[in-house]
Amino acid sequence: MIVRELDLDLDAFEGPFDLLLTLVLKEEVDLADVDVAGIVVRFLERLAEREALDLDACGEFLVLVAALLELKARGLFEDESAELSELEPEEAAEELARRLAEYRRMKEAAGWLAERLSSERDRFFRVGPAPFAPQPERRLAPQDPESLANVVRLLAAEPPAVSLAHMELRFPPVAQFLERFRALLARRSVFDFDAELEGLSRAEQAIAFLALLDLRRSDEIRISQAAPFAPIRVSKVGQESAAVNERTPAWNVRSA
Amino acid sequence: MERPLRLVTANPLDQLARTLEALLVVASAPLPVEELTAAADDDRERVELALGLLAERYHEGRSGIVLESVAGGWAFRASRDAAEACGRLFERPVQRGLSQAALETVAIVAYLGPCTRPEIARIRGVAADSAVAGLVERGLITEAGREDGAAGGAVKYKTTPMFERVFGLESLSQLPRLDDLPGEVDDLRERLHAVAEQRSA
Repeated sequence: MIVRELDLDLDAFEGPFDLLLTLVLKEEVDLADVDVAGIVVRFLERLAEREALDLDACGEFLVLVAALLELKARGLFEDESAELSELEPEEAAEELARRLAEYRRMKEAAGWLAERLSSERDRFFRVGPAPFAPQPERRLAPQDPESLANVVRLLAAEPPAVSLAHMELRFPPVAQFLERFRALLARRSVFDFDAELEGLSRAEQAIAFLALLDLRRSDEIRISQAAPFAPIRVSKVGQESAAVNERTPAWNVRSA
Repeated sequence: MERPLRLVTANPLDQLARTLEALLVVASAPLPVEELTAAADDDRERVELALGLLAERYHEGRSGIVLESVAGGWAFRASRDAAEACGRLFERPVQRGLSQAALETVAIVAYLGPCTRPEIARIRGVAADSAVAGLVERGLITEAGREDGAAGGAVKYKTTPMFERVFGLESLSQLPRLDDLPGEVDDLRERLHAVAEQRSA
């Protein structure tokens, strides 16, 4: 028999024993509500169903139930054991006697209540939800329709247009400049890049430069520049002078 | 000229008594004198006198309806002779199956409340959670703030007017004094002390 799979049917829990242990350790089931005696009885029933005595199962069960009982006892008397252990034996005895007396009085009081309940058994009365109390009248300050109209007018006014200035940066497609430069090179074998950019925005100039690099990569053009910041000259492949070609062999997109 | 039929002998409090009667009929819980006074819009002394008149009229044995002073207020209930018939029509679910644990728990709350579940468990020696939950569900006890007034403190419980009504108490002061209840554990105390002496020796 496998103790962990012992199926239980208790008030507080229904299912296998190991699930109960897991839930107790996770504190999802309050051990104080668990009937440990019920678990023992269930185990004994299962044990009786078998002919041979399963010593392994008995041992395992004993260990688990003992641990469960210890946990339960600690849970119930957590604070008290700590308090009482600090007392002298005489004081502890007196404290225990005081608590027993207190509990005994409460038990007597419960008995008195039970008698009272049975003697009041024949008192029938209406039980119902409390009726609604009248709604207190809500007093409003005198209202001026004109001021309400003013407030509504404020709400109805057209809100100020939201500025889209920050969204105006437009990027024309690179293809647009590719077309433009190819068309240009169809007419002229050489052109001045800077002159072509005349009047374009910074963003457009950047895109145009990308288009230029693209053309260079596909080996459609050659690019030359006499000095840093000097005008960039663009020439169609095969049209440029050999000297220019030799001076700028390393200048291509990859090196840029 | 036609005159209204006079059923009750003229009494200066008669009109007020009728008003109080009406208020008590529509109420579902005992009405304290203050509430009756406010609703009737009358004088407190006169209201008390009129209630006395009504209590006489609606006395056990005189009418199927009995006016009683219970749970800090006044309320109508059925007369005891009609209990059997009432029992065939309704049951009193509040008191059905009140276990010993529930009775002990409600006794502790009635005497020591507002008190917390750990305090109840400390006296009874076992967890009070399910007993407390059952009593709350029956409306016999209710939450009364938290320990130390803090949000994290344990919930405190006190008895409700329903408790007083079910047990037929005018107020909690009608409970027997705790000191009058037998709580002597002399023999046990002696045995405990004997054990203590052995241990310290």
